[in-house]
Amino acid sequence: MNVPGTLLTVALGLCLATALLAPAVPARIRPALSGLGTAAAGAVGAAAGGAAMAGHAWSAWLPDLLPLAGVRLALDPLGGLFVAVTGGVAVCAGVYGIGYARHGLSGRVVQATLPLFVASMLLVPAAASVSTLLVAWELMAITSLLLVLAEHGRRTAVGGAGLWYAVMTHLGLIAILAGLAGLAAGAHGEAFDQLRAAHLPPLARDAVFLATFAGFASKAGVVPLHAWLPRAHPEAPSHVSALMSAAMVNMGVYGIARVGLDLLRGSSEGGAPAWWWLLVLAAGGVSAMYGILQAAVSADLKRLLGYSTTENMGLVLMGLGAAGFFATRGAPRLAALALVAALLHVVNHAAFKTLLFQAAGSVLYATGTRDLDVLGGLRARMPYTTALFAIGALAASALPPGNGFVSEWLLLQSLVHAIPASGVAGAVALPLAVGVVALSAGLAVATFVKAFGVGFLARPRSPEADRAVESPPSMLGGMGLAALCCAALALGPTVIVPGLARAVGTLLPGAAPATGPVSGPVSGPAMETVTLHLSGIAGTMSPLLIAAAVVAAIILLAGAVRMLAARGRRVARLWDCGVGPMSARMQYTATSFAEPLQRVFDDVLRPETDVDVTPKQESAYLVERIRFHALVPDRIERRLYGPVLAAVDAVGRRARALANGSVHRYLAYGFWTLTGLLILLAVIP
Amino acid sequence: MSGDLMSGLIATVLQVVLVIAGAPLLVGLMRQVRARMEGRAGAGVPQPWRDLRKLLRKEPTEPRDTGWPFRLAPLVLAGTALVVAAVVPLVSTASPLDSAADLFAVTALLALGSVALALGGLDTGTAFGGMGASREVTVLALVEPTILVSVFALSVRAGSTNLGAIVNVTEADPMRVLSPASLLAAVALAVVTIAETGRIPVDNPSTHLELTMIHEAMVLEYSGPDLALIEWASAARLTVLLGLLGSLFLPWGVATAGTGALAVLIGVAAFAVKTAALGVLLAVGEVFMAKLRLFRIPELLAGSFLLALLAVAASFFLAGGA
Repeated sequence: MNVPGTLLTVALGLCLATALLAPAVPARIRPALSGLGTAAAGAVGAAAGGAAMAGHAWSAWLPDLLPLAGVRLALDPLGGLFVAVTGGVAVCAGVYGIGYARHGLSGRVVQATLPLFVASMLLVPAAASVSTLLVAWELMAITSLLLVLAEHGRRTAVGGAGLWYAVMTHLGLIAILAGLAGLAAGAHGEAFDQLRAAHLPPLARDAVFLATFAGFASKAGVVPLHAWLPRAHPEAPSHVSALMSAAMVNMGVYGIARVGLDLLRGSSEGGAPAWWWLLVLAAGGVSAMYGILQAAVSADLKRLLGYSTTENMGLVLMGLGAAGFFATRGAPRLAALALVAALLHVVNHAAFKTLLFQAAGSVLYATGTRDLDVLGGLRARMPYTTALFAIGALAASALPPGNGFVSEWLLLQSLVHAIPASGVAGAVALPLAVGVVALSAGLAVATFVKAFGVGFLARPRSPEADRAVESPPSMLGGMGLAALCCAALALGPTVIVPGLARAVGTLLPGAAPATGPVSGPVSGPAMETVTLHLSGIAGTMSPLLIAAAVVAAIILLAGAVRMLAARGRRVARLWDCGVGPMSARMQYTATSFAEPLQRVFDDVLRPETDVDVTPKQESAYLVERIRFHALVPDRIERRLYGPVLAAVDAVGRRARALANGSVHRYLAYGFWTLTGLLILLAVIP
Repeated sequence: MSGDLMSGLIATVLQVVLVIAGAPLLVGLMRQVRARMEGRAGAGVPQPWRDLRKLLRKEPTEPRDTGWPFRLAPLVLAGTALVVAAVVPLVSTASPLDSAADLFAVTALLALGSVALALGGLDTGTAFGGMGASREVTVLALVEPTILVSVFALSVRAGSTNLGAIVNVTEADPMRVLSPASLLAAVALAVVTIAETGRIPVDNPSTHLELTMIHEAMVLEYSGPDLALIEWASAARLTVLLGLLGSLFLPWGVATAGTGALAVLIGVAAFAVKTAALGVLLAVGEVFMAKLRLFRIPELLAGSFLLALLAVAASFFLAGGA
């Protein structure tokens, strides 16, 4: 067994040991044990993934572990990347969870499930056969479902969210199962190596792709299969939200990339159909737009972050779709660039979403609410959490010097330079894609200015926010680790790009190591390692230099102002039009902040507002009370899922007539079913 | 090579100094043109500099309950404006910083400045601050697609999004400016420049009427040196964006790599003349126009986005035909 194999085994062993030990130790130290065990397993797992990305491949067959097929595991650079990301997120979430669990989450089930959840997510990208993948996938679904339901006793919404999640994740599993089973049947074997060599007829190949795409896309929270995501992610405990939103959704992306670009390779010799990847591109574009629009008008902090996950997965899918599309058009360099952009965005999104969900969890922990409309004033009360959330928000809004900017820049570069190579379909799709990326970036700015500016700055809008205190050190530590990852990825993306290029090489073998952004010498020695150069494309950008220049300019200006201007600051009253101090309720809220955007996108969002004026009894002109009620429904959900749910409901109500409580009738049902089955078996040869 | 680097460095320093010193003068010139056309005497071109001097001497005040976002905002706004002034090819395309940032990065840096100011406005906790911030980021979100799609159209002909490369290509073949793609992109970028810098018809820089203001609502609580920084930064952003429009669509006179001191001097003069001319044009336009209603602005921006998309389509079909 070589380096990645040993490390992965150790990580899985640590998870298992933690899960077994956690229920046995007293509740007082259980969160610490579970958190530290998870963090250690995550660190070892990240090292395993890193080793795989560095080029050490590993594979193993354990025939006795599962009946019939056994367990097949393998780590290549692509799987290694997703293992590494999961490990990194698990480190932050484990450390954070130690403090967060004091909030009444130190129960046996929750603390034992957490390491198992991490283990399942380490296994999914390492699976090398259909049965192993499906077992790991189902383990991931069940453990995450248990964790989502952790707080079901406290809020009624948790139960509903869990139900949605359970149903949708299993429908997704069925789709994946059907697709991969079809592929395995065509390949006469279920190991990934056999699948790669299979030659499926075009129709079966398309069916396999569509089924697996639907299943994996629902895990990634892609519109219109996103309905579970903005329910389940906010209702889970916050470190679980971070794990789900930063690590679990990536598995959907992994699945689409693995099946579409790798496993169907043999079946699509001579080129996969371009419409597959245009479909992926379109699904990504719709998700990016719809996700960020819903996030922009959401006043619930964690729901906002959940929709932002849908947006970011949409961007990743746009990169993936563009990569597949370019590959079919014979532009391997562009394909490699788009794929690097997509994978880098997966890493970046994992870093900042971990940070943001944990910071949101700290706010929830300190104030008991996620409603931005009643928050505010946390800058003075929770200074570290505020600063850390600011770092995450900067990254999420794709502004320099945040890390989100780097991957969106790469994505835009790959889209912009593709026109000559991509034919008429590309000429129509790619400018629209650039517009979608740009608009989603712009709306992301608005979203996170709202989340940070309204949630953390100014004065508290409620007594709960006023009483907030800073989180315990372990929670700050978890957030700090994630913030460090964000900063490292923002300033030195060139460091991990070689590993990404290797992952790309496993998917696009024709386009291997010479492509993708590589760092190369430019005009001076200092520029060599910090500038992103695109091979084959004249485009350069240096995140480190930009950040340094902005900091230098700010310091220069601060010095100049200090020298030129008057010293000392006088504290003064806010401008209140001379009517006396303003109350905190006069501030803009998240709802009012998003109102212009809501109005601009009226036709898409269809907000529902209801104003109810109660006049006094003496006169219709004297108002006693005004109630204002506003709701921005998820329209896709309502249109698409509403009728289906109503139909299921109707069928259920009809079926109720079958069960009238008479035991005789039930016995008759059993008898006739059995007889019918026997007849059927007798007739069928 | 080192001589090249040297001349590029000198040109960049000149360009930054020019923007620092010239930005308030540009604003003064535009105000003076407006005043004359409206039949007023006007305060003279150097008036913005006098205002800045006055503001710098005033005692800075700090509204109660504000914190680091409020204090940092003017510095970030001015800092990003300064960096952008150093990166974009106004005087010369041979800036040593050119490879560090392309047009996407420049757009994002300007957005970073706006975001800092919006957070400063929100941090005050007044209705004005929140209102200004909300409107500013709304406009910002809608402007972004137009800018990036126009960049797309321009970069198709240059094969790069780096500004120096785009300007070089245009300078080598000036007739490209008259191509439909370039003209459409020019109009689209002009509209978003107006929106980004808060000029009529999107925002009125001289209004203090609460129902209409965007930028002024955010900066209402700033005073003294902080306000001076913000005023200067707004002027610098206007100068840089007008200069960039000039360099992208009227690239004559911009010094290229490997040219001497004379070319740099010509570049300086050309930049000053082009920017002043565009500023005067903008000021004249403002005299004849009224501010749009706030909720009509998205229609204007959607129109400009459509132009930018047409520009890309045109550039593709022209490239395909050639």
